[in-house]
Amino acid sequence: MSQFLQSIFAGVTVGATYALAALGFSIIYNASGVINFAQGEFIMLGGMIAAFLVALGAPLALAVVAAVIVVAAIGLIVAKTAVEPARGADVTTLIIITIGVSMVLRGGVEVTMGKGGHALPPFSGDKPIVLAGATILPQSLWVVATTLVVVAGLALFFERTRLGKGILATAHNRLAAQLVGVDTRRVLSVSFVLSAALGAIGGILIAPIANTSYDAGVMLGLKGFVAATIGGLGSGVGAVAGGVALGLLESLTAGYLSSAYKDAAAFVIVLVILLVRPSGMFGAASSSRV
Amino acid sequence: MTEAPPRTPPASSRASLWASARAPTLLFAAALVFLPLILPNAYYFDVAIRIAINATLAIALNLLIGYTGQISLGHAAFFGLGAYGSAILVGEFNWPPGAALIASAALVGALAYVVARVILRLEGHYLAMATLGLGVIASIALSNEVGLTGGPDGMSVPDFSFLGWRVVGEKAWYWVFAATLVAAIVLAGNLIDSPAGRALRALHGSQTAARAVGVDASAFKTRVFVLSATAAAIMGSLYAHYEGFITPGLASFPKSVQLVTMVVVGGMASIWGSVLGAAMLSLAPELLARFEGYETIAFGAILVATMIFLPRGIAPSLGAWLRRKES
Repeated sequence: MSQFLQSIFAGVTVGATYALAALGFSIIYNASGVINFAQGEFIMLGGMIAAFLVALGAPLALAVVAAVIVVAAIGLIVAKTAVEPARGADVTTLIIITIGVSMVLRGGVEVTMGKGGHALPPFSGDKPIVLAGATILPQSLWVVATTLVVVAGLALFFERTRLGKGILATAHNRLAAQLVGVDTRRVLSVSFVLSAALGAIGGILIAPIANTSYDAGVMLGLKGFVAATIGGLGSGVGAVAGGVALGLLESLTAGYLSSAYKDAAAFVIVLVILLVRPSGMFGAASSSRV
Repeated sequence: MTEAPPRTPPASSRASLWASARAPTLLFAAALVFLPLILPNAYYFDVAIRIAINATLAIALNLLIGYTGQISLGHAAFFGLGAYGSAILVGEFNWPPGAALIASAALVGALAYVVARVILRLEGHYLAMATLGLGVIASIALSNEVGLTGGPDGMSVPDFSFLGWRVVGEKAWYWVFAATLVAAIVLAGNLIDSPAGRALRALHGSQTAARAVGVDASAFKTRVFVLSATAAAIMGSLYAHYEGFITPGLASFPKSVQLVTMVVVGGMASIWGSVLGAAMLSLAPELLARFEGYETIAFGAILVATMIFLPRGIAPSLGAWLRRKES
């Protein structure tokens, strides 16, 4: 029982970061129809930049905020220089562009911060909390709580603000949105800034638990894509549900089946889901899109 | 990309059409025959071999991506499975290499058939996800089945011999891979200009329209997928024997991405584009290797710039530019 609970705790923690990554995929997909293969690099950049600043002597809180801002700015640059000039190109071309961007970002980190692993200190100590026979790290609580706050904030943004509604309108019908005065080009930039910031937050939250390095983004990005697909591309609720489900599936696989095949579990389940429900658990049918 | 490239001149006799379509292939084959005369040492032979392997793989993948419009982000898995199939059958079970190559190709083809029946129902990003997932699963399996594959450390592969002919050294292998490349160019060209090829291009334009004029869409997509995967497996087998040592990295996601990149940068639905794309992207790491660390940045930046300024790929854009100059 305690082992089961332990797996659940671990799964929810990792799942929360997958959820943030999946939200990043969904926001950009909604705003532009692009699957951003550089999303994983935003996650890696968040953790790396924060760790780098802390190593330089910056206070943790300042390093965290600065890292999110820097990564959001990188997201804006990516949107303006790489994605916007290629508007209207077909899906495969856009995929290659985001893959190119991910290589530039990964190479940039490798050159400036080296190939070694980096860690961030936990936000509030590393003394495990014992709960019903299982232990949970304080950092896990930070991960889950922050994710909840971010998701709630995003929901408010998309339902209450003019900009958020504009993004939703563009996702539903670009032309109609333009006709009623939504600046759809701004929507693209905003979606990249938001997704980059979300990725950075996820990367920073998980950095004290799992070491990060210049190449950590590839797998994290793929997992985010898997989570977004499981939930249904473009669905906000789906992204969160898909992320948590994926995290749980992985930690249960690692705990009970085989830790070597933990990473494969994600890809097996996404295949099964695509075959049973080709548009994901919450795809298309859902009306509350984020 | 709905307009199919007008490869066939409309009103011309069968003979001149044959000549016009085959002339570049003959020239290219001749160039390959004389190339060894100017290659100074084994290193250059090795580079030429790598380009030929990648070009053959890119042509096979282009049939799928460029001509039927079906993306595969897991094609390296078929390459890797072919390589490991040969390595295991020859190394562990002492099969003759030729038989192992055929058996691996047949196995991978059968696997691709099953996969195609199941996943080619998906479209766009969902198909990308499914092929990516299959590729990742294959490379994780190759890394973890240590007893059979040697795991992440890789395994060594015996030499290739066929009917008493042992292929050893870069110079001998050069002829093998030059021959497979020319064969791939000729076969792909024949396929594209056949009724089946026209059906494929119709599929790329619009599946619904193609179905309406009587093209069995799913059967065609499945056949091309199997053909493309089998070709990748054969190249994998040959590569394994040439290299003599293989690792699970052959089947990895980055390798799949590299292949798609060659197809797209060179030009979708262009055989010569695939050759060009493979040559450029195989040479780039060699040329950039001395800028350690910066090579990834340069490589990524070149990709982005090519896709922004030449979204149809280099060969089709070049062709359009030449035609405009002529007129």
